[in-house]
Amino acid sequence: MMDALAKLTYLLAAVLFILGLKRLSSPATARTGNWLASVGMAIAIITTVVFYTPVEWQYILIGAVLGSTIGLIFARAVKMTAMPEMVALLNGFGGGASALVASAEFVKYYNAGGEIPVNFGVAIMLSVVVGTLTFSGSLVAFGKLRELITGRAVTYPMQKTVNALILLGTLALVTWLVIDPANPLPFGILVGLAFLLGILAVTPIGGADMPVVISLLNSYSGIAAALTGFVINNEGLIISGALVGASGLILTNIMCKAMNRSLANVLFSAFGSEVQETGPAGAAGDRTVRSLTHEDAATMLAYARQVVFAPGYGLAVAQAQHEVRELADMLQDRGVVVKYAIHPVAGRMPGHMNVLLAEADVPYDQLFDMEQINPDFERTDVSVIIGANDVVNPAARNDKSSPLYGMPILDVDKSQHTIVLKRSMRPGFAGVENELFFHENNSMLFGDAKDSFKKLIEAVKEV
Amino acid sequence: MIGELVTLLVIFVLAMFVGFEVITKVPPTLHTPLMSGSNAISGITIIGALIIAGAADNQISSILGLVAVMFAMINVVGGFMVTDRMLHMFKRKPEEEKK
Repeated sequence: MMDALAKLTYLLAAVLFILGLKRLSSPATARTGNWLASVGMAIAIITTVVFYTPVEWQYILIGAVLGSTIGLIFARAVKMTAMPEMVALLNGFGGGASALVASAEFVKYYNAGGEIPVNFGVAIMLSVVVGTLTFSGSLVAFGKLRELITGRAVTYPMQKTVNALILLGTLALVTWLVIDPANPLPFGILVGLAFLLGILAVTPIGGADMPVVISLLNSYSGIAAALTGFVINNEGLIISGALVGASGLILTNIMCKAMNRSLANVLFSAFGSEVQETGPAGAAGDRTVRSLTHEDAATMLAYARQVVFAPGYGLAVAQAQHEVRELADMLQDRGVVVKYAIHPVAGRMPGHMNVLLAEADVPYDQLFDMEQINPDFERTDVSVIIGANDVVNPAARNDKSSPLYGMPILDVDKSQHTIVLKRSMRPGFAGVENELFFHENNSMLFGDAKDSFKKLIEAVKEV
Repeated sequence: MIGELVTLLVIFVLAMFVGFEVITKVPPTLHTPLMSGSNAISGITIIGALIIAGAADNQISSILGLVAVMFAMINVVGGFMVTDRMLHMFKRKPEEEKK
C-alpha cells in the first residue's frame, strides 16, 4: 500500500515535469513551466525521504547541503556568455550521479553475496557505463568551451581503431559482469574504460561542433537517469529520464540538420582540425576586400529603412550584446526597422544567441529564425554580421566543392549592403574562406566587436 | 522478473514518445533554457541517491550515495535556478523593464 502511494506521487512528479516542459512552448509561459517542474522535483524528493525513511541522515544532509550550495553559487555567478560551459558541467554531474547510484547498488549486491538478477545486472552495468562517459565527456566539453584545453579537434593516428577497441572492450566487460557479477576488479576496469571512452569520444570534436556534443551529452544524462530507474525499479526515474533523453536527441537532430551533416560525421570526422591561416587583414590572394570607417558605417545604418543583425560566437566572445542593443535602440528611435537573424548553430549551444540578446533586454519578438528571416533579406538595406562566419558563407549555396556546400545559411548577401564585424580575415571554423567578404556590397569593419559598436554608437549620435 | 523488465521498458518507450511530442513544440529561442531545465529534471536520479545514502547498507555504498546526492543536488538546484534566471530575461516589450 505504502509502495503504491509512493509510486503515485512519483507519477505526479513526472506529470508535473511534462506539464512544465509543455509550458516551454512559449516565452510567456516558460517561467511558470520551470516552476511546475521544480515543484515536481520537490515532491519527488520529499516522497523519497518519507517513504524510504533513511536509517542514517548524515550522508544525505552533507550531500544535500554541499550540492545545493554549489548549485546555488553556479546558478547565481555564471555569466550568460558562459552558459554552454554551465550546461556541459550540469550534464556531467547528472551522468555522474546516475553512475554513482548504480555503482552503490553493485556494491550492495556484492556485499550480499554477489548474486545479481540478470535484468538488474544489465541495468546496473549500462547505467554505470552511460553515466560515467557522460561525466568524463562533459568535463572535456567543459574544458574545451572554457578553453582550458584546445577547442580544436584533436586527432592522432589510429584514433578510430583505438576508440572502437575500447568500446568493444567495454561491451565485453558488461556482458561478463552480467553473467558473473561477483567481480569487483572487472567492475573497476569497466568504470575506468567508460571514463576513458567519454574523454576520447569528445576530444576529436572541434569547438563549433559543441552544440551537437552538448545536446548529445544532455540526452545521455537523461538516458543514464532512466537506466538508474531500471536499477532501482522506479517508474518516476524512467519517465523523467526518457523525457530528457528525448529532448537531447531532438536538439542533436536539429543541430545536425542546421549544419547539413550527419551525427556520425560530426562525431567522427574531426571537422575543423585544420585551419589554413591567412594574413591578419587585407587581401587574401588577389581578391580585394573593402573596409570602411565607423563614420561611414554609422551613416549607412542611420539612413537605412531596415537593418538586420546576424550574431555569431564572436558576439559572445566580445560580450557585445549590450552595445548591440544600445545601437539598435538608437536606430529604432530614428525610425529604422531592426531585426535579429538567428542561425540554429550560431554560438556554442542551441539557443545561445537568444539568451545573450535576452540578457541585453532585446525583446524576443525581434528575434527571427533562419526560415523566418531569409525571405526578408531582399528588403533589407544593411545586414550587420557580428562575429559569425560559416553560417553566412554563400559558398554553402553556390560552391559545390566547398565543405560547407548544402548547409542552410542566413542569406545576408541578398541584402543591399553587408557589414562584417570581425577581428581579422581568419577563416571560420570550417577552415573555409568566406566568399561574402569579397562581395562588392560587403564592407569589413575590423576590430573587437564591443569596441566597434561603441564607436558606431558615438558615430550615429553625430549623424 | 522478465515481465517486470518488459513493463518498465514499455513505460520508457512511451515516455520517450511523450518527450518527442512535447519538446518538438519548444521554439528555438528557448532551446538553451530547455537544455538547462531538462538537465535539472535529469537530476531526478536524486531519488536513487537519497535511498542509497540513507540506507546504511555499508560504508562504501553510503559514501557513493553521499557524492551522488551532492552531484544530483547541484544538477537540480543549479539547473532550475539558472533556468529561472534566463527565463526571467525573456520579455516581449522593451518598455516593460526600462527603469
